Amino acid sequence: MTVDNKERKERIAELKRAVKKRILVLDGAMGSLIQGYGLEEADYRGDILKDHHVDVKGDNELLSLTRPDVIREIHLNYFRAGADFAETNTFGSNSVAQGDYELEHLAYEMNVASAAIAREAADIAEEEDGRVRYVVGTLGPTPRTASLSPDVNDPGFRNITFDALEDAYAEATRGLIEGGSDTIMVETIFDTLNAKAALVAIQNVFAETGIELPVMISGTITDASGRLLSGQTVEAFWYSVRHVKPFSIGLNCALGAEQLRQYVDTLSRITDVNVSAHPNAGLPNEFGEYDQSAKEMADLVGEYAESGLVNIVGGCCGSTPEHIAAITEAVSTAAPREIPQIETRMRLSGLEPFVHG
Amino acid sequence: MSDQTATFINVGERTNVTGSARFKKLILEDNYEEALAVALQQVENGAQVIDVNMDEGMLDSEAAMVRFMNLIASEPDIARVPVMIDSSKWNVIEAGLKCVQGKAIVNSISLKEGEEPFLEQARKVKAYGAAVVVMAFDTEGQADTADRKFEICERSYKLLTETVGLPPEDIIFDPNIFAVATGIEEHNDYGVAFIEGTRRIKENLPHCHVSGGVSNVSFSFRGNNAVREAMHSVFLYHAIKAGMDMGIVNAGQLAIYEDIPSELRDAVEDVILNRRDDATERLLDVAEQYKGEGGKKKVEDLSWREVPVKDRLRHALVNGITAFIEEDTEEARQEAERPLHVIEGPLMDGMNVVGDLFGAGKMFLPQVVKSARVMKQAVAYLMPYMEKEKEELGITEDSSNGTILMATVKGDVHDIGKNIVGVVLQCNNYKVIDLGVMVPAAKILETAKEENVDIIGLSGLITPSLDEMCHVAAEMERQDFNVPLLIGGATTSRVHTAVKIHPNYDKGQAVYVPDASRAVGVANSLLSDTQADQYKTGIAEEYSQMAEAHARGQAKGERLSLADARANHFAIDFAEYVPPKPTFLGLKTINDVSLEGLVPYIDWTPFFATWEMKGSYPRILTDDKMGKAANQLFDDAQKLLDQMVSEKWLSPKGVVGFWPANRTAEDDIELYTDDTRENRLAMFHTLRQQMARKNDRAHVALADFVAEQGIHDYVGGFAVTAGHGEDEHVARFDAANDDYSKILMQALADRFAEAFAEYLHARVRREFWGYADEGSLSTEDLIAEKYHGIRPAPGYPAQPDHTEKRTLFRLLEAEQRTGITLTESCAMWPGSSVSGLYFSHPDSYYFGVGRVEKDQVEDYAARKGMSVDETERWLAPVLNYAPGR
Repeated sequence: MTVDNKERKERIAELKRAVKKRILVLDGAMGSLIQGYGLEEADYRGDILKDHHVDVKGDNELLSLTRPDVIREIHLNYFRAGADFAETNTFGSNSVAQGDYELEHLAYEMNVASAAIAREAADIAEEEDGRVRYVVGTLGPTPRTASLSPDVNDPGFRNITFDALEDAYAEATRGLIEGGSDTIMVETIFDTLNAKAALVAIQNVFAETGIELPVMISGTITDASGRLLSGQTVEAFWYSVRHVKPFSIGLNCALGAEQLRQYVDTLSRITDVNVSAHPNAGLPNEFGEYDQSAKEMADLVGEYAESGLVNIVGGCCGSTPEHIAAITEAVSTAAPREIPQIETRMRLSGLEPFVHG
Repeated sequence: MSDQTATFINVGERTNVTGSARFKKLILEDNYEEALAVALQQVENGAQVIDVNMDEGMLDSEAAMVRFMNLIASEPDIARVPVMIDSSKWNVIEAGLKCVQGKAIVNSISLKEGEEPFLEQARKVKAYGAAVVVMAFDTEGQADTADRKFEICERSYKLLTETVGLPPEDIIFDPNIFAVATGIEEHNDYGVAFIEGTRRIKENLPHCHVSGGVSNVSFSFRGNNAVREAMHSVFLYHAIKAGMDMGIVNAGQLAIYEDIPSELRDAVEDVILNRRDDATERLLDVAEQYKGEGGKKKVEDLSWREVPVKDRLRHALVNGITAFIEEDTEEARQEAERPLHVIEGPLMDGMNVVGDLFGAGKMFLPQVVKSARVMKQAVAYLMPYMEKEKEELGITEDSSNGTILMATVKGDVHDIGKNIVGVVLQCNNYKVIDLGVMVPAAKILETAKEENVDIIGLSGLITPSLDEMCHVAAEMERQDFNVPLLIGGATTSRVHTAVKIHPNYDKGQAVYVPDASRAVGVANSLLSDTQADQYKTGIAEEYSQMAEAHARGQAKGERLSLADARANHFAIDFAEYVPPKPTFLGLKTINDVSLEGLVPYIDWTPFFATWEMKGSYPRILTDDKMGKAANQLFDDAQKLLDQMVSEKWLSPKGVVGFWPANRTAEDDIELYTDDTRENRLAMFHTLRQQMARKNDRAHVALADFVAEQGIHDYVGGFAVTAGHGEDEHVARFDAANDDYSKILMQALADRFAEAFAEYLHARVRREFWGYADEGSLSTEDLIAEKYHGIRPAPGYPAQPDHTEKRTLFRLLEAEQRTGITLTESCAMWPGSSVSGLYFSHPDSYYFGVGRVEKDQVEDYAARKGMSVDETERWLAPVLNYAPGR
């Protein structure tokens, strides 16, 4: 499989034009849709891992290698619902996360395959309605985090280093580029230091391959404290990552659109790049299920759009093609957020922002 | 917003093994727990950035850096501020960068080893997302002249911004501060070189910053802290003016520029600015006198601590120095026959000097209040002795000039002015009984009888208080009082006192007191054995004449009929204009505002006015006459402000709301529950100008700024307070006999409330209503109101009816959301609060309704559903006729 770099360049140019004209739409949840296929251990293993000594059911990223048909269909359903982007099935396909299944060695391949499958679906969708579709190569978080100690008695201890994270993310990024991603998104960031390792890796891979893709960044506000799990406020988080001049900065997961709004609002005011939001379909009920209807979610996300807060929207946990269809409809008439001019100041951060000047 | 902003960053250096012996010891002893406590303390003391340096030969610096950074990351109270990763070794810096999730500062890189390593390190700085300190250092060595400093920085700047692509605002130059006055001639110009280099860097290299380690400059005066502090202060004074905006400064080791004795300051300035060849020798000479602990205080000691105690007391009173007051009072007490004699003798002598200087315009109100603080503390010290004497000897006597009862009337909460008057009177040996705020007439008169007071003083700020004062005067008449009644406060006036209060109180005399500085003269005259009668007669005649003139003048205030005024309303062409829609409708509680965030919005001019120092800020600081006192006051205010901010004395709370709204044909503004505009939510009533005019200018009412039905227009409202927490500190200062700090704090709390209103209005324009793109209006522009839209408050000229606040507060749920309550007079409690409406139309402007005619009052009363009588009572100050009550 080879990627046509020229086509990709054209798509990226088109993406940059499109985002100025209308609000673009990401896809929704992957994991819950996979569940709907009722796949078993054997499906996950496919032919290649028949004899693997660890159970791999639940390693959804593995399906890009073993059941690409399922993943392709999900992407296609989202595209047909109106999504502009497919986020690759690579949330956990880095060597750190795959370590849990002892499949570190497959991480690279998973990324290549996932991007390629998304591209296939995108091509089919483009063929169907003539609209350009984009593949977002996603880098998810890892089970290990660089800012926090897993041992309460030893707050200085870390079970992962920046360098190890950087290596894992670099490998994944190479795979995503190789497989045909149009952008790279670091998403569901709950520790900014992990994200910074990813961003260093991405920049290094861009330099090494000579292929530079738009970078998208999306953090996760864990609760009503308004902070990332690692303690940063939204503003401090932005100051920590803005040096890469991302294509977009945004928030996803953990909260529903209603709870997330104020933080999206903050981002929309302080950032001079595109703002994205892909919240969960509400908050989980007592069974851990998301029951916000497509209409409810679309109303809320639609209000983001009407209020001029966003350039890119989508869904995270609990959202389905139905949700994405409703969201696509809800934002179709709204103008994208106008990008404000931000004053030139030295903007530093700890857990909180500090502006000098 | 929680945004920390700063114009000069002081970098904390206590977690630097090369800068702090204690920290080095802790790290070498592997005592990281204590080392962490040092960092915490530093942040708690206000460090905005902490410098961490582990460059020590005995250490594995890289491992120490990683360990300390990881530990900091686990302490949110430390990790909230950015860190400066400080090392001369790149590997240590890079290891540090891999541990911080925030955006840090790298300290430092330079061209010392040439361009290659410089560029490589700079690229990494960029990749990790840090700011960077760049030393003025190249392969030739450290730059020591202004030329070299600038050349190296310029070259670095080009490489960083053009070759590497680092944002210029993330570059901090350190152009090397070296020691001056070392006895080596070449060193004499080092101060000038830094300052000049800084100036050129800032002028020519946009957006960059300049930093430096200030203590280096005074290295040759080790052991003489007074001189070192003076050198740091003078150096910073000039360097900051040249553009230095960051530095490592030990705040405890910094004299206040204005406080440095001029002899020392001149000598230091000569050295820093290299103004004369013999500067070093001269400073060495002067320095001798400042050796030893305490520096400049010691010098002052020599000049006044050795004179007789009565002169020391006078000096302390005139200069407002409380440091030695108890020991001096004790000494005076031992010399005196009776404790009372200390008060009657040296203390009153000193206060008389203060009074004379104040009278002659050589001292200003804030200085007098400081003197009063000294007096009060001396008297407080003597009290137990006097009580004891009273018990033992049965002596009760009152040596004061008289007893004055003071109160802010019922329904009103403002008391800064009253407190100032009280203090000034106390300085002049009057006994003051202060009943506080919201005091009912009955309480005032009851206390006056019990305490057998000689004068009653009433204060009030809002218009309904005028009525209450009339009521108190009438009650005094009814209860056969005859003591003088003083009237003061922002809305009171000589005319009102003459026309409305004076006729209510025949048995005694009401006297208007325009400001605190007049209070003593008035009180003296009223209580003088010889002049009192003559003085009172004169006032009575004057007031009667004024009342007559007023009655004559009344008829001349020609008014238009309400119908004619309406016909000439301010017409906005809404056909050509789409009113902006707020980003939300309904309410939003504002509770994320810190005092710190409000500081930039403070308008200082009214602060000085509170202290009866009239002049606009900052010009007042350089005023020939008041400049010194103004500076002193401003310094004291800044110190207290810092403390209020860092210790979070006040908790700002606010609420803002927006509603769909349209104007009615009758000058009202109808609010709706939602944008369907089907259900009315409330009605704001507004008053229209009726003055007869020679020109054709419109007769405006606030309602004119809102569109008629059929167009989707909106209005907003807000209420903010900075008064929560104030009481506790008032009580504390009262207990410490520290009126000065109390009044200072109250005045600042008022400023915070106003700043909050300004801040919120800016957010409303730019964000919540979001109709304005104001880019970078400065604070001065904001104060000068160079923006679209207004925020008029009920009770002020554009809508003189305070009762509209009740509607506003109900809509805003102001009480639940902000804790502000309305008194029966519609004053806001706490007093440091502001509320108002928002209008967005670009043509809306502030105006005064002026006096209104009876036809409008009747119409307005009917619209409001209030009786004409009651409406007239609330609008009393703006009626163009004498209501027939």
